[in-house]
Amino acid sequence: MSSHRRFFIKVRIYDILEHISRRMARFGKERHMALTLAEKIFRSHLRDEPFPGTKVLDIDVVMCHEITTPIAINDLVSRGKDRVFNPDRIKVVIDHVTPAKDTKTAQQGKILRDWARRHEIKDFFDIGRNGVCHALFPEQGFIRPGYTVIMGDSHTCTHGAFGAFAAGVGTTDLEVGILKGVCAFREPKTIRINMNGTVPADVYAKDIILKIVKELTVKGATDCVIEFQGDVVRKMSMESRMTLCNMAIEAGGTSGICMPDRVTVNYLWPFISAEYADKKAALNDCKKWWSDKGCSYVKVIDIDVTGMEPQVTSGYKPDEVKGVSEMAGTRVDQIYIGSCTNGRLEDLKVAAQYLKGRTINPSVRGIVSPATPKIFRDADRLGIIRIFMDAGFCVTNPTCGACLGMSTGVLAPGEVCASTTNRNFNGRMGKGGMVHLMSPAVAAVTALEGKIADPRNFRKEKLK
Amino acid sequence: MKSFGGKVLFLDRSDINTDEIIPAKYLTEISKEALKPHMLEDLKGFDPRSPEARDARVIVTRSNFGCGSSREHAPWVFEMNDINVVIASSFARIFRQNMFNCGMLAIVLPEDVIERLFGHNDGSAEISVDFGNNTFTISSGKGKETVPYQISDFDRALVEAGGWVEFADAKY
Repeated sequence: MSSHRRFFIKVRIYDILEHISRRMARFGKERHMALTLAEKIFRSHLRDEPFPGTKVLDIDVVMCHEITTPIAINDLVSRGKDRVFNPDRIKVVIDHVTPAKDTKTAQQGKILRDWARRHEIKDFFDIGRNGVCHALFPEQGFIRPGYTVIMGDSHTCTHGAFGAFAAGVGTTDLEVGILKGVCAFREPKTIRINMNGTVPADVYAKDIILKIVKELTVKGATDCVIEFQGDVVRKMSMESRMTLCNMAIEAGGTSGICMPDRVTVNYLWPFISAEYADKKAALNDCKKWWSDKGCSYVKVIDIDVTGMEPQVTSGYKPDEVKGVSEMAGTRVDQIYIGSCTNGRLEDLKVAAQYLKGRTINPSVRGIVSPATPKIFRDADRLGIIRIFMDAGFCVTNPTCGACLGMSTGVLAPGEVCASTTNRNFNGRMGKGGMVHLMSPAVAAVTALEGKIADPRNFRKEKLK
Repeated sequence: MKSFGGKVLFLDRSDINTDEIIPAKYLTEISKEALKPHMLEDLKGFDPRSPEARDARVIVTRSNFGCGSSREHAPWVFEMNDINVVIASSFARIFRQNMFNCGMLAIVLPEDVIERLFGHNDGSAEISVDFGNNTFTISSGKGKETVPYQISDFDRALVEAGGWVEFADAKY
């Protein structure tokens, strides 16, 4: 039996009658209602319900970058409302095009820089300290379980890995967030994904989320939160959980979400140690956010990852996904390892295990962008930067650049990129270019082969 | 309140994404006006300089319109081209919200109704919107038809207020 067939997905859509009867049973004992994590966050942050079904939430963290924020700033200025609701709850970074590549991007940076200074926003990350927002902000300890987070960036869903409700929004929502600290949502339903089984060698969080996006389709989670549960998630690092949640939007999801647990507490401990007697107390506090037994899901999907093979996208939509064995041999011109999906230390380590002592095929070019200065520094300390350079990779500064075809790795028409990013839309990395999404492992061995390759056929070397 | 209605541009594909509506390379612009010439530039088979693009005031399309990025540049590029209404069988969440946040209309209709609207695609179709009564009328060489639609009270309030900034600023 092929590994593809062994990868078993069972979809159970809850029986409507059971759903209704459960709802009715809860009626009248509101205080004991079983809630999902997302529902708990909505209740604890509800500022107003101006119309039935419209929930205006207090926002804990409003994040800003130089692409979607300057127009909001200019609009506030032109309205005579150049104010911020709370400078300590606004986090700002220049990350999409950095250092500036031309006059326009320099202007965007300047608008953001001047605004951050004017409003004394202390968490402003400029050149030298800046990195990809969804890697940098978690690393700074800005996200906590139970938080509400918005940003003018669709991959804000990444921060749900910490048990937060984190949603990408447009510039107008961002503008109101900056000014008033609120955002309106229709209360999302939750899709629960139970991931169990044994993760095979050479298979990573990226492969699993690609497979999930394939099953859900690009619109299957629209207006829903995707809750990742099960043994596989419990054993995952925060980095891997962020990879999972990062791609919730590729299925249309409002936010990914994971239950905050021991792994979350360990990651956050340097930032929260003053607030708790010990890690146990912090963990207990996390548990109040966990989805209750008996809460309502619109859909529950059980996934057994045992026997799953690495996954690669084949077309121009993130749900067009195939097993790597079907895609092996596909021609590529460029390999890109980086982004808010897979530019963290864990990702660079994985790639380096395959690259160590080897060189990339001369027919391709390799680019790696460590997602933050800390990741860059740690990768350097561990000899990983050296491995990439010895293999023939170009190492760029931390930036989103290539992922959306803005800088540091734009494709020419007709070119193909093997990429660890999250979107393979037509022209995404450059007009007329093609993108195949994959894990850092598949990207690394693809660089070695010069065409899409299967990491299961390669020996991994130990890093020091 | 914005004006709604006029010549219809039919986009017969599902999952038209924000990168196709306005490619990322134009996100370095800091004025909405600069986006105007680049509407749907990366949508295969579409010419942003064609007469049908220039004359369009309403878009009728299939499912999951506006998926992908959060960029409000997608509704803005329509707004700058005087297209204030998009009618589809479903929208991506952020795009839909961005439309109403800008005081524009994103109308969701069942697939069979959308299919009927596509039946009017003879190059002459026009839509006039009766916002007060939640209906629009489509007319073409194939005939004339009035279609009811639903939007939430919140979405209606946003359109009437002129957008979310105006609404939120008055209330919070």
